[in-house]
Amino acid sequence: MLKNKCLHVLFFILRKNANAAMLSNYEVFKLLTDLKEQRKDSGKHKHSAGQQNLNTIMYETLKYLSKTPCSRQSPEIVKEFLTTMVPHKLTKAEKLQLLNHRPLTAVEIQLLVEESEERLSEEQIEELIHTVTDVLPGDPEQENTAPADTEMDEGGEQS
Amino acid sequence: MFVLVEMVDTVRIPPWNFHRQLNEAVAEELNKKLANKVVYNVGLCICLYDITKLEDSYIFPGDGASHTKVHFRYVVFHPFLDEILIGKIKYCSQEGVYVTMGFFDDILIPPESLQQPAKFDEAEQVWLWEYETDEGAHDLYMDQGEEIRFRVTDEVFVDTSPTGPATAASDTAAQPGQSTAPPKEDGGEKKEAPYTLILVLLTDPRQQR
Repeated sequence: MLKNKCLHVLFFILRKNANAAMLSNYEVFKLLTDLKEQRKDSGKHKHSAGQQNLNTIMYETLKYLSKTPCSRQSPEIVKEFLTTMVPHKLTKAEKLQLLNHRPLTAVEIQLLVEESEERLSEEQIEELIHTVTDVLPGDPEQENTAPADTEMDEGGEQS
Repeated sequence: MFVLVEMVDTVRIPPWNFHRQLNEAVAEELNKKLANKVVYNVGLCICLYDITKLEDSYIFPGDGASHTKVHFRYVVFHPFLDEILIGKIKYCSQEGVYVTMGFFDDILIPPESLQQPAKFDEAEQVWLWEYETDEGAHDLYMDQGEEIRFRVTDEVFVDTSPTGPATAASDTAAQPGQSTAPPKEDGGEKKEAPYTLILVLLTDPRQQR
């Protein structure tokens, strides 16, 4: 029920004013999947005309979010990510974007982090990419194509 | 991308819902009212996050329903300035490239913000980027359904509340977003999207991650 939502720990809430409380994609994803489970159990009311809007927005948002890295995250992963990000001194918005996008290349880091050439050296950027790819789980389909390439290379060398 | 907004509203529960838990009935009414709707200067409302406070319920003469003042928090889609988002190209026109995210459609990239030099191909109705390399110029097309990354540079909120019939008087104050056309023309009000995002295209549209 509604109480379950309060158990879920919020990571990016700033209680300064209503507009400053940002949510990570993972938090919204979890909220919507829990709500979907709840509505599946209750059954009767969800097809009435008034509920159609909620159904539409939930379906579309879940469809969008399930294709992003947040669908593979968990509260422990997010907590671990935030602890490893502490020494890098990034703003809240930058850490949020790194969490939501899971950048793999230096170009992406430069887009997400403002003035990255001045604030981060090349090794720091490399280190940031390694931390992000280690802590945040990636797309298993994309990662399966990479080992296939290395196997082909080894086969080539042997012959 | 998403923010939590604290709001206060009075919720009307009709008598046939009195048998339900107040929390559930209130949650359902709030979702019915706000989900998938744009609130002016706030954003696109997704779903209820939680109810922070329920005040006393009152019944007023002449109406059998109960009215309850509710403090609650709602999940709203409202990307901040310079945020990077990923979306798919919906279609291209002279005004620019229209991008969709599935749950939100009114995203426009004006031609000035595309990678330069950009050209509009009238025959295929598609924008393309003339990419110069040492080998020669390559034309990279912004095809429908291509996934692209973009940065938010501006947002436009338009108040689409209904106004009264347009009067001929010239001293009527212009309502934001409505054109005061004479009533004889059909569609005197232009249908405008209540919330539009204007952005800058980032990476090459052909590059997938």
